[in-house]
Amino acid sequence: MSVKVSIPSAFRRHTEGADHCECDGTDLAGLLDSLGSRFPDLKPHLRDEQGNVRRFLNIYVNDEDIRFLGKDYKFKEGDEVTLVPSIAGG
Amino acid sequence: MSTNLRYELRCRECQTRWGNQPISFCQNCFAPLEVAYDWDRIGKEVSKDKIAGRATNLWRYKELLPLPDNYDGSTPAGFTPLLKAAKLGETVRSRSLYLKNDAVCFPTLSFKDRVVAVALTQARHFGFDVVSCSSTGNLANAVAAQAARAGLKACIFIPADLEPAKVLGTQVYGAQIVRIDGNYDHVNRLCSQIADKHRWGFVNVNLRPYYAEGSKTVGYEIAEQLGWRLPDNIVVPMAGGSLITKIYKAFKELIDLGFVEEKQVKFFGAQATGCSPISVAVKSGRNEIEPQKPQTIARSLAIGNPADGFYAAKTILGSGGWAEDATDPEIVEGMTLLAESEGVFTETAGGVTVAVARKLYVQGRIRPDETTVLCITGNGLKTTDALADKFDTVEPIPPKLAAFEQFLETQFSGARAAGKGAA
Repeated sequence: MSVKVSIPSAFRRHTEGADHCECDGTDLAGLLDSLGSRFPDLKPHLRDEQGNVRRFLNIYVNDEDIRFLGKDYKFKEGDEVTLVPSIAGG
Repeated sequence: MSTNLRYELRCRECQTRWGNQPISFCQNCFAPLEVAYDWDRIGKEVSKDKIAGRATNLWRYKELLPLPDNYDGSTPAGFTPLLKAAKLGETVRSRSLYLKNDAVCFPTLSFKDRVVAVALTQARHFGFDVVSCSSTGNLANAVAAQAARAGLKACIFIPADLEPAKVLGTQVYGAQIVRIDGNYDHVNRLCSQIADKHRWGFVNVNLRPYYAEGSKTVGYEIAEQLGWRLPDNIVVPMAGGSLITKIYKAFKELIDLGFVEEKQVKFFGAQATGCSPISVAVKSGRNEIEPQKPQTIARSLAIGNPADGFYAAKTILGSGGWAEDATDPEIVEGMTLLAESEGVFTETAGGVTVAVARKLYVQGRIRPDETTVLCITGNGLKTTDALADKFDTVEPIPPKLAAFEQFLETQFSGARAAGKGAA
């Protein structure tokens, strides 16, 4: 499954300037593995030392926070993933 | 402080310093930034006497805020009343209860006037022409009004279902509103993406570290109004969770400056049951936040993915405090209880604070003899729809004394005995 991932500007120095990419992955774990192997400099910013998604990294599938979809969510054709570092607001 | 700056941005996690620029998170580790100060220098510049001699608005604490040298402090926001709440105190069995009443904060009747006052000084300093925000209403009002005075364009993003008074109270200042089909968390995520692309001054995105410091003035004022003392407890409503952490920061700064005696103030967080990610975390003894989909009449607190949830939970648990939440009927009851007992008409968020405080007294987490402050952060005139079905329609009577006498007999009998013959 190929998923389109939007990359925020803060991450682009780790992605050779790419603002989006197509990544393989059937679920979140697979997608993060795929992103990390494609952009090794980005890899440490995706997961902490225990392998959990970093506390301040927010991941959305289409308009939905992925945490509402469940950690076993399987990507569907046409899904768009957005990464937002450190959500603000309030 | 490594440079010659009075203040600068610092990562809350890896402590990297970033000078002063419109960014909200660390460019190395992506954790949030906050403002750090050169306290050695500031400690020599400010004193309680100096503050006492200044105008009664938040600019009296100028040395303790991240303000550019040439800031415009002509909008007298802040320095709202600290009211002794004796009647409410009787109801909840407290002998020393106070209200910090930001329902009458200038200019738009909520505590958001404080954060916007600080944020707009930096928006001008960084040269933004357009200021913006994601908002559940009060922030929209504050940005729109203060942008009008500052001569800045305002573009405000809100959830489509916001209370009509909060929409009108934004448009009246000439601000452009963008209504988003979605809840606040959708709006907020979109604003992060827009701020990433457009050079706008989003007060609660790229200006957020400066903006959030404005909330410290609630803490400074409470301490000063108590005669430079800290309360034993403080009850604070939580949406994004920033306010409670900034009041904590303010109290700590005052202790470090020697302005107040050291005391471990207990911090209590208040949320609506229908949007309670922080109170759920606190109740389970955790800092980690599980996001929720908000479903509550307290729309100004309806943030399911709170930016400072982690830090708010940590502050509360570290202080020995607690968090509670209130259902929609309890929120309405809290609003009417405050109005009837203290003559203060607060919005739904204030209803949450009062209802939660009541629970905390019942649970024995706050004791009657302790000095406790409730933060009332917004005005009830903005959320009248929450009370729409609460009161009976009063039928008109003819303009005749006999009709009034009959009205007294049938509908106002309690007052007749008290009032008769008083003249």
